[in-house]
Amino acid sequence: MKLLTLNFLTCAVKTCKSSPAAFPLHPRDATLQVVETELNLAFLKNMLPRLMWDELRVVADEVCGFLLSFPPPCFPCFPFPPTRSDLVVGGEAGAAATAEGEEEVEEVPSQTAQDLHRVLLETTVHEGKLVCGNCGHEYKVMEGVPNFLLPGHLV
Amino acid sequence: MMLPTPSTSHVCFDHVYEPAEDSFLLLDTLSSSSEAAFLQNRFSNAQSPPPLVLEVGVGSGVVLAFTAANAERIFGRQDILTIGTDINSFACQAAAQTVRTAITEYGHGKTISLDVVNGDLASCLRPRSVDVFIFNPPYVPADLPDFARHDKYNVLPDGQKKTTFEQDSYLLELSYAGGEDGMVVTNRMLDQIPEILSTGRGVAYVLLCAQNKPEAVKQRIRQWGIGWMAETVGSSGKQAGWEKLQIMRVWKEALNLQ
Repeated sequence: MKLLTLNFLTCAVKTCKSSPAAFPLHPRDATLQVVETELNLAFLKNMLPRLMWDELRVVADEVCGFLLSFPPPCFPCFPFPPTRSDLVVGGEAGAAATAEGEEEVEEVPSQTAQDLHRVLLETTVHEGKLVCGNCGHEYKVMEGVPNFLLPGHLV
Repeated sequence: MMLPTPSTSHVCFDHVYEPAEDSFLLLDTLSSSSEAAFLQNRFSNAQSPPPLVLEVGVGSGVVLAFTAANAERIFGRQDILTIGTDINSFACQAAAQTVRTAITEYGHGKTISLDVVNGDLASCLRPRSVDVFIFNPPYVPADLPDFARHDKYNVLPDGQKKTTFEQDSYLLELSYAGGEDGMVVTNRMLDQIPEILSTGRGVAYVLLCAQNKPEAVKQRIRQWGIGWMAETVGSSGKQAGWEKLQIMRVWKEALNLQ
């Protein structure tokens, strides 16, 4: 399960929906796998407004603690949410030139873009659990698949 | 133009729903020129945030994989996000692979597939986060299976490498049995739709069969409140049997304050 997925998940218990503490879910005892994928710069730039920055930083901090050999960076490297320009070497100026029909400039992802890609899309929870900060319910992750099915008394 | 159907040759159809007429009606409807025009009008702005596509009950994953791999054609952009859920853990594993393969093989590798999670409907999705919702429900009027067995049947039996026959029957029942009028599961899902759809651009596609009383279903949705719309946007009309299928689009029109 990719860390970016946690941007969209919350506790499945109905009474937790209205509680801010039910998001994000907290990875615990996680075994991580890094699965390399191609970086999609256009996606990353467009995705910035959808990222729940403070919450993802919490998740990334928690996950990094489990894997000491996991190479930096984690979210602490980005004190503020980056802008579209921060994701491109030399900023987004090249994009403007392209829009005006001048010579095509191939944008190069910045270190920040590469770090974001690594943390959000390449870092996956293979085994472990996700814990709700409101009710404390633990959801198991097995072979990369989180299980959100609740026991009968919680549905 | 015929769009390729994702490969599901790795899927074990003993306990995962095999793509059938209903699955293909969803594919045809989503990629029809009228629906592509509707979706592109909402989502094709190249610098707007990527839409999140959620399919509940992915089964083999054929519909989500098709949507992911043909994002450019359907949404007018490649950078969409997909996520799936299924109550059957074997379907989750199978569907994840179907989506991955389709994106790599003919989707230019640009769509971002999140995960397929094992869950009940959309109960684990953050409110207002879903832009496009797709649901091919268990719509056959037949008794619901006994969920007391679910935990046991949702994993391989202890020490075994294969599922049992009873287990397979149970898992397949989950994929088609819809209780009274075939609407018990669909009604639970419809209740969640106003909460999960994003404000402004959220849209849902739900498959119904004739026995679900689709006209009454659409009428009920229109009474959710001002602006709620429900229309039939695809059907398998040529086969006028008892299981005639249709795709219902549900969305909320923005209020036009003048």
